[in-house]
Amino acid sequence: MITIDSLNKLYHTPRGTFTALRDVNLQIEKGDVFGIIGLSGAGKSTLIRCLNRLEEPDSGSIVIDGREITRLATHDLREARKKIGMIFQHFNLLDARTVQGNVAFPLELAGWPRKEIAQRVEEILDLVGLSDKAGNYPAQLSGGQKQRVGIARALANHPEVLLSDEATSALDPQTTSSILELLADINRKLGLTIVLITHEMSVIKQICSKVAVMDRGEIVECGAVQQVFSAPSSATMKLFLEHSALLQGYGAGI
Amino acid sequence: MHEDLIPMLLTGFGETLYMVVLSTVAAIVLGLPLGVLVVITSTGHVLESPRLNRVLGALINVTRSFPFIIMIVLLLPLSRFLVGTTLGATAASVPLSIAAAPFLARIIENSLKEVDRGKVEAALAMGATPLQIVRKVLIPEALSSLVLGVTLAVITITGFTATAGAIGAGGLGSLAIRYGYMRYREDVMFATVLILVIFVQGVQWSGDRLARRINRNQHRLG
Ligand SMILES: Nc1ncnc2c1ncn2[C@@H]1O[C@H](COP(=O)(O)OP(=O)(O)O)[C@@H](O)[C@H]1O
Ligand SMILES: [Mg+2]
Repeated sequence: MITIDSLNKLYHTPRGTFTALRDVNLQIEKGDVFGIIGLSGAGKSTLIRCLNRLEEPDSGSIVIDGREITRLATHDLREARKKIGMIFQHFNLLDARTVQGNVAFPLELAGWPRKEIAQRVEEILDLVGLSDKAGNYPAQLSGGQKQRVGIARALANHPEVLLSDEATSALDPQTTSSILELLADINRKLGLTIVLITHEMSVIKQICSKVAVMDRGEIVECGAVQQVFSAPSSATMKLFLEHSALLQGYGAGI
Repeated sequence: MHEDLIPMLLTGFGETLYMVVLSTVAAIVLGLPLGVLVVITSTGHVLESPRLNRVLGALINVTRSFPFIIMIVLLLPLSRFLVGTTLGATAASVPLSIAAAPFLARIIENSLKEVDRGKVEAALAMGATPLQIVRKVLIPEALSSLVLGVTLAVITITGFTATAGAIGAGGLGSLAIRYGYMRYREDVMFATVLILVIFVQGVQWSGDRLARRINRNQHRLG
C-alpha cells in the first residue's frame, strides 16, 4: 500500500543544515494500523508530512497505492491528496463553518454535486457519532468532538489512507481512548490503512498492528507490535517500555 | 438660520456619501487582490515568491508615503483621463481610491495573516488550490476582522474627502471651507462638522455590529 524508499529530508537553517530524515525505508500494508513512535524531535511529523508532500523530501521515493507521490506534478499531487485523509493534533477545523460545513469542505474541493455532499456528510457524521452536532460551530464543541469532526472530514472523500499526526496528544486520556476506539472501528469497518505518529506507548498498544521506532531521523526498529514489545532491539524502544512499565507500576499502586 | 442651509447640507452630504462609497468600492477592488497577494507570496505560504512579495511591499510603502494633497495633484492627469475632468466628486474619487487602496491592502494583509497556519495546511492536505484557499479559507476565516478593516478604511476615506473638498471635489468638506471658513457662515461650519461626526459614529457602530454578528458563532461556548 505504502512503500517508502531511501527517504532523506534536510532542513536548511541559518545555523546550518539539519538532517531530519536519514535513509528511511518502510513498507506499510493495506489495512494496517501502522504506528510510528519516537521522542519529540525525532522526525515523526516530518516523515508523515512527506507522505502527502506537505514537506518536500530531498531524495528517495514514496509510492502510495501504486502511485509514485514523490514524482507527481502540482496538479496530480492535488488530486492524489484528495485520496489521502489527514488529521492533526490541533484539529485545524474552519471556525467560520459549522460541523456540517467542515465535513463538506473536502467534498466541495473534490467537486461533488451539492445533493450528494449533503447525503455523504450525514452518513459520515453518523459514523463518527456527531449527527446531533451538525449545525454547531467548532467553538461550541469539546476537544474530542472536534477531533471527531476532523476524522469525519478526513474520511468524507473515501480516502485510501488516513494520516494522523499526534491526533490525540491534545486530549485527556478518556477522550484519547474513545478517539482511538473510533479509529480502530473505522479500520475494521472500512479496511482503511492508517498511519499514525505518536510519542505515547499507550496509543501504539491500544490500536496499532505494526510499529516503527524513530530516533534522530532514522527508523531504528520496525515490526509487529507484540514482537517489538516482547523483544525490543533498539535503545529507544527499551526506554519507552521501561517508562511505560514504570507508569503502570504507579497505576497499580506500587 | 439661513433658508439655504438645509438644501446645501443635503447636496453636500450626498456628494460626500457618493465619494465615500465609490472610493471604498474602488479601493477594495484594488486593495483586496494586493493584500491577498502580499500574504500568499510571503515565505512558507501557498504561492511563495520572495521577489513578487518584495515588489508588492515596496509598491504599497511608496504609495502610502505620499501626502494625500500631493497625491491629488500628481493624479490630476489620471482623473482627467478617466473621468474627463479634474473637478467634482467622481474625479476626486480617483486619488481617493488610489490613496486608500494600499492602506486597505495593509489592513487586509494583517487580517489574513491572523488566520491559523494549520487551517491552510489542512486545506492543502485536502488538495485545495491557492485560489480555493483564498476564497474558502483565508477570507471566510478572517471575515469579521476584514469588516473592521473596511470600516476603518471608510472612516479614513471620509476624512480624505474633506481635503479633496478643499480643492474642488464638492461634498461637506467643500461646504465647510467655502461657506464656513471663507464667508464666516458659522451655521454651515457647525452643521457640516456635526454631520461628519454623526456619520463616522454611524459607520463605526455598523461595522462593529456586523463584525460581532459574524464572530458570534465562532467564539461563543455552549
Ligand atoms: N521547518 C523546519 N526548519 C528547520 N528545522 C525543522 C523544521 N521542521 C522541523 N525541524 C526540525 O526537525 C526535527 C524533527 O522535527 P519533527 O518532524 O517535527 O519531529 P517530531 O514530530 O518527531 O517531534 C526537529 O529537530 C525540528 O526542530
Ligand atoms: Mg510532531
